Formats: sequence, structure tokens, C-alpha cells
Amino acid sequence: MIPRLIRRLAVLLLAPLAALATTGALAARDISIGLQAAITSMDPHYHNLSPNNSMMQHVFEGLIRRDENQKLVPGLAVSWRAVDDLTWEFKLRKNVRFHDGTPFTAEDVAFTLKRVPNVPNSPSSFATFTKPIVDVKIVDPHTIIFKTSTPHVLLPSDLASVMIVSRLHGEKAATEDYNSGKACIGTGPYKYVEFVPNQRVVLKANYGYWGGEEPWDKLTFKILTNAAARVAALLSGDVQMIENVPTSDIAKMEKDKNLSVVSKVSNRVIYVHLNQSTEKSPPFVFDKSGKPMEKNPFRDVRVRKALSMAVNRDAIVDRVMEKKAVSAAQLLPDIFYGTSKKLKPTKFDPEGAKKLLAEAGYPNGFAMTLHGPAGRYINDDKVIQALAQFYSRIGIDTKVETFPASVYFTRATNLEFGYMLLGWGTESGEQASAMRSLLATRDPAKGMGVNNRGRYTNPAFDKLLEQALVTMDDKKREGLIQQAAEMVMGEVGLIPLHYEVSTWAAAKGFKYTPRTDQYTLATSLKPSK
Amino acid sequence: MLCPDANIRNMTEYIIRRLMQSGLVLVAMSVLVFAGVYAIGNPVELLVNPMADEAERARVIASLGLDRPLWEQYLTFFKGALTGDLGKSFVFNVPAVGLILQKLPATIELAFCAMFIAILFGIPLGLWAGLRPDSIPGKAIMAGSILGFSLPTFWVGLLLIMFFSVQLGWLPSNGRGDTVNVFGFEVSFLTADGLSHLFMPALNLALFKLSLIIRLTRAGTREALLQDYVKFARAKGLKASRVVGVHVLKNIMIPIVTVIGLEFGSVIAFAIVTESIFAWPGTGKLLIDSITSLDRPVIVAYLMIIVTLFIVINLVVDILYSVLDPRVRLGQAQGQGGH
Repeated sequence: MIPRLIRRLAVLLLAPLAALATTGALAARDISIGLQAAITSMDPHYHNLSPNNSMMQHVFEGLIRRDENQKLVPGLAVSWRAVDDLTWEFKLRKNVRFHDGTPFTAEDVAFTLKRVPNVPNSPSSFATFTKPIVDVKIVDPHTIIFKTSTPHVLLPSDLASVMIVSRLHGEKAATEDYNSGKACIGTGPYKYVEFVPNQRVVLKANYGYWGGEEPWDKLTFKILTNAAARVAALLSGDVQMIENVPTSDIAKMEKDKNLSVVSKVSNRVIYVHLNQSTEKSPPFVFDKSGKPMEKNPFRDVRVRKALSMAVNRDAIVDRVMEKKAVSAAQLLPDIFYGTSKKLKPTKFDPEGAKKLLAEAGYPNGFAMTLHGPAGRYINDDKVIQALAQFYSRIGIDTKVETFPASVYFTRATNLEFGYMLLGWGTESGEQASAMRSLLATRDPAKGMGVNNRGRYTNPAFDKLLEQALVTMDDKKREGLIQQAAEMVMGEVGLIPLHYEVSTWAAAKGFKYTPRTDQYTLATSLKPSK
Repeated sequence: MLCPDANIRNMTEYIIRRLMQSGLVLVAMSVLVFAGVYAIGNPVELLVNPMADEAERARVIASLGLDRPLWEQYLTFFKGALTGDLGKSFVFNVPAVGLILQKLPATIELAFCAMFIAILFGIPLGLWAGLRPDSIPGKAIMAGSILGFSLPTFWVGLLLIMFFSVQLGWLPSNGRGDTVNVFGFEVSFLTADGLSHLFMPALNLALFKLSLIIRLTRAGTREALLQDYVKFARAKGLKASRVVGVHVLKNIMIPIVTVIGLEFGSVIAFAIVTESIFAWPGTGKLLIDSITSLDRPVIVAYLMIIVTLFIVINLVVDILYSVLDPRVRLGQAQGQGGH
């Protein structure tokens, strides 16, 4: 409690300032939201980056939308179907207007697909999603046909990531015109007002929105990168909601009656890649005397299994993550498409792990350095320390080294480490794309194994996965993906640890529907009754 | 004694020499930063969405010019720099200098306010503590200054927020508030809302400098009081206020001005902690974000601007010396300054 004298002094000194500050109070339909990461652009095709994509959902819409569980639902398209293996037909929504009043038609869709691969200086383009489409045919203003050169089952999922822009405003527009608001004209529930890089984004309601009116007139997204500052802003009423509540504050905030804290398992898995690229010892893996070994232990499935069994996932979830995580058995929680219910998190069994190591020819273990990023994933530095302790218990000598993300990922991609802690968020919401990137035999030209930093390879698994990727029938495909997942997880192609849980906290009177894609959307925030 | 003409010529010569040295410093620094950031890591790893395939990666690398050898990248940068173009931000795709200049007024305003608070309270409090070192207020001031030194900025900042924003609800916890355009710069100290946003971060940033100035002033005062000229002034029967205000104060100002000058630069360059706690939209925050995303053009441009700023401040400080103390001549000052 504050001593009375100090309080009185403070009143004398600061009352005038306070009186001035309250004049700027917000109207009830104007809300502010505290975001963790900066938005780099208001051009929906400039930078494929999660915070940007989340922001764009307010101003623009895709043909297909993802609901809070990342299931595909109609957006600007009312329906879609595969006419044959190489042809897709999309029926577009009628009576949709852009913010300037012009109607939305198939011309805008065709223009968007043309613009996406041609945004100058884009640091990460959306062309990945549009590349499979080789031809676009406009049948009538509300019907459009896409042709692909090979069967591409992920087309609807890919198109959910592409925001449709207005042809009228987009044709001569550069990224700067979207940032300034001149061309930032979409069909979404909110309109552009202001964009100040690294600081804030202001939007106002689009009252003529086809999906019905939103409960808010004006949105202010503030960039509050510091976690403690974000919490303070919520507690002091400067913002009505924040994302990514620091795990250490969650318990306390859950008890606060003036706040509502919601959380949901996310599409991000934290896992370990074991470097299998070398015949001999990979970097930072030695025998007990510190000498490189003749054989790469990670190429032995028994060693990989042992390293998975040695980890007490429940303890990591309970202690390190303060229960805001879920033990993982595959690359996505089993509410997602293509995940297998048969896969369960590997049981903690240090004795079994020791036995397996002995069978594999390492009765006394070996020595390795565990590498990971610091500050990229929730509590990443603590997770890796816990891992090191688990391995010490089964006789492996461990060292831990962490780096800032800027250093770590470059070196991990160059395969400069042996044991790598990593994370993967599956934006498409289906397991095939995650396995394709992380576990398929590396063949960048074909887009296979692009992020397979462990260089795990298994031709049988590749075949199954490739077959799944061209199977148009949803049920059949899911069966194939599940089969592939069971195969690769049985071989410990990588070691899944846990799925991150994302958390939001809102002030009293607000209710947020949490999402698996970690997006923070004002459209999911409603007044609570 | 030099004649005034010679003094001015001396000064011009001195300034020209200093500017030439500064140019060399800038070039050396840009090479170091360029190579340093290059050695940290590959920005493409952080920019490109991990889902992207190899072709997309190659396209980005080429479009940022990262496919060329480092020396070639540096030459391109150097040529641009000669015409005032320090390159475009990798992340935002806008000129780096523009990005920094957009944020710099906020940082400079914060730094000015912090230094203003530090000087306004630091010199009088330091004088008091120096004149009456054994009194209770004198001891309290010194104890307070120890706290100001030793409490970590981020902790004090959070405490201020907890007290004024969360408990009392008087002051906003973050941001800059309403701004007014003065000579093309957005400033917030002229609006009520802006002032309420400015108060806490400025105070937080000022605490350390305040303690520093208190200690310097006190030490200087105590030393000056023992000097013959003070004793003589007293013996002559001058009023205490004149002895302190003119004879003591003027003589202790040189070290204080030096430190204020140096600290002002560091306040601008390193307001990072305060800026991120109060979400103050200044350059410190921009720099941290740029380092974490390896946005090399912004990092290089930022450091170039800051180094220039330090050079200018030091030059001003040296000129101030010669105004404050006629015995100091600029031609000779360079050896002693240690800049």
C-alpha cells in the first residue's frame, strides 16, 4: 500500500497532469489492442509474416477464410470444387463492395493473382501460394477457373493465404501506396486510417460490410514489444486486450476478476532436429573423451528413440511452461487435418533409453552440445536446459549453447550444429505441408524438405507423402497423410516436444475467441454480456 | 595573449581539422558495422517465410543484393552514401535515413526533457549537498543519488508504470500522445496529452543523469570552497549568493558541461530500455528491432547518424569550454579532451 504522505504529495504534483490525461478517454466502441510484433507493411502481398497476415485479415479478405481452428470456410468465394485433377472452379460472392463502393468481381481475383509474384523488393513473397496456378479463366463476373500443371490438392488452403485487392486501385500501386492508405482498399470489415511503422495501426469500421456490422467503430493496434509493458498497458486501461501474455504472469492474471484470460493450443510445435547429414560425428557430437566418432549416432533409429524417451515432456509442460503447452506426438495437435489419433507422446522412460543406447553401441553414452535460439519461442532457453538435464541422466555429457534468432537460424540452416531445438507453425493447418517441409528428403527444386535441417531421409515415407499430395479425395488423402505420419514418427524423424499454447488477456466486458493460428483479430473480440 | 584574429583563425583551423578526422571516423565505422552485421547472420533466414521454396529464397537474396561479394555491397553503399543515400530498409522497403529521421525527433525530445530535468534539479541539489555536506538534507540528497545510480532503469520504469498508471490511473503507460508540428518536427511537450505521456519516460531516463550531475556538482563545490579565490571573495565581504552563484558555480561548470555533453549523446543513442518499456516510438526501439531482424541498412544508417551527432556534440562542448574558461584555447584543447 502507498503511504498516505507520498500519495498526498503525488496528488499535489500530478493532479493537473492527470486531469489533462483523462480528457483523451476512449468512447466505448473505440478499442485498443496491444500487439507483440511490428507490422512491416500494409501491402497484403509484400511480406508473408504472421503479424502482417493477421493485420491484413481486418482490411482484406481471401477467397477462402480460416476459422479459429483453421478449418477452411467460405470467404469471398461461396463455393469451390475440383472439376478434374488440374482444374478448380470457384463461385464468388455477389453484392460484395470494396471500401470505395466499387463492386468485387472475378477481375479483381485475376488481377490479385497477377500482382502477387510481382511485388518489387518483397522480403518474403506470397508467390509460393499462387505459383501452382498456371492459367486463370474468368467465366462470368462471379465464376473463375484456375488451371494447375500438376494435381495440387492444397490449392484451397494456399488461396486462403492470398488477400484479394481491388484491381482499380492496385493496378498502378506500389507497396508505398498501400502503406500510405491510398491503395489499401479491401472488402474487409475495417478500413485503413493510419499506419505508423513500429508504432501503431489505426482502422475504422466498414459499415457496409457484407458480413454484417462489427461491434467496434475504431481499432488502434499498438506495438508493445516489451512483455511487461504490454501487461501494464492492459492493467492501466490503455489497451483493452493484449496478445502473448508472459507465462509467468498468467496465473496471477487469471485470478484477477477484472481480466479475462483465454488460451488455446496453437499450430506451433517445438521439436528437435538431429543432424544426420554426415557419415561421421556431426558438429558438436563427440565420444566421451571429446573425439569425433566414426559413426553418426543420429543415423541409428535406436539412438533417436532413446533421445525421445529420455525427455519428460509432462515435466517440461508443467514446470517450464507453467502448463501453457501440450505434450506433442506429431507436428500438429490432433484436432488438425491429417493428424493421427494413434500417435501418443513418447513415454518418459530413462531406463529404456539407456538400454537402447547400449544396444546401439553406446553403453556409456556420448557427449553433445544442445543448440537453440534464445527468445524466439516461449521459454526456449529454459526448455533446452531442461533437455540437457534429462540427457545427463541417461549418461550423455551435455553442454547447452543458445544464440539470438538472428545468429542461430543462419548457422542451423548451414548445418553447423548437431542437436537443434526448433519450432514450426503450420499455417495451412494440415500435417502434410509440415512433413513435406521438415521431414521429406531434401530436394529444394521440388519444394521437398526445404527446412529439413536434420536431413532425415526415408524413401518409403517420401513415396507415401508424394502420393498424398496428389490425391484429390479428401478422405483418402487424410488416410495417406496419417499413415505417413505414423511411419515417420515411429522412426523418430524428429523429436516432437510440445505444442505452444497462445494466450490473450482482455479487460472486463470483453470476450475473445482464441485461435490456433496465433492471429490476434478484432473480429474475434466481442463485448461480453 | 593571442589577438582575437589569431584566435578565430585558430578556431577555424581547428574545426576543419576536426571535421576531416570525423570523416575518417565515419568511414572506418561504416566498414566495421558492415562487416559486423554480415558476420552475425543471414537476414534472409529471418525475412523469408520458412514455407518458401528455394527459388523464392534466391529471388529475395538477389533483390536485396546479398548475392554479391561483401566488398561489392560495401562499394554500392559507399557510392550511395556520398550522395546521402544510405540504402533501403530490408524489412520496410523505405529509405533507412527517412525511417530514422521519422523517429529521431521523438528520441531527441525525450533526451532533451530528461537532460532538462537532470540539470534543473541536479545542479541546485548538488550545490546544496556541497555547501552543507553534513546537514540532513545534504546527506539525504547523496543517499538518493546512490539509489538513482544503482536502481536498474527497466525496474524503475516498471515501478513508475505500476504506481502512476495501474494503481493511480493518472498517466498513460505507453506511447507518445498528441503531437504538434513545430518547424516540421512532431513534438509532444506542447500538448497536455503529450506531456502526460512524456512525464514518466523522461523522469525514468533522467534519474541516472540526475544522480551523476548531483555528485559532480557536489564534489566540484566542495573543492572550490577550499580555493583561495573563494576565501578571498568571502574576505572581501561579498554576499554568499554571489560567491556561490558566480565564483563557485562558474568554476565547477567545466567538468559538468563535459559530462552533460557526453551524456546527452549517450541518452539519445541508448534510450533503448526506456523506450521499449514505455513503447516510446523513438530510434532506440527502431535500432533494437533492426538488430534482431538484421536490417543492415537501418543499423548502418543509425550508427552513422549517431556518430555524427557525437562529433557535433563534442565540438560544441569544446567551443563551450573556451567560452566558459578563457584560458582554454581550442587549438590546444584537442590533446586534452580525449574524444
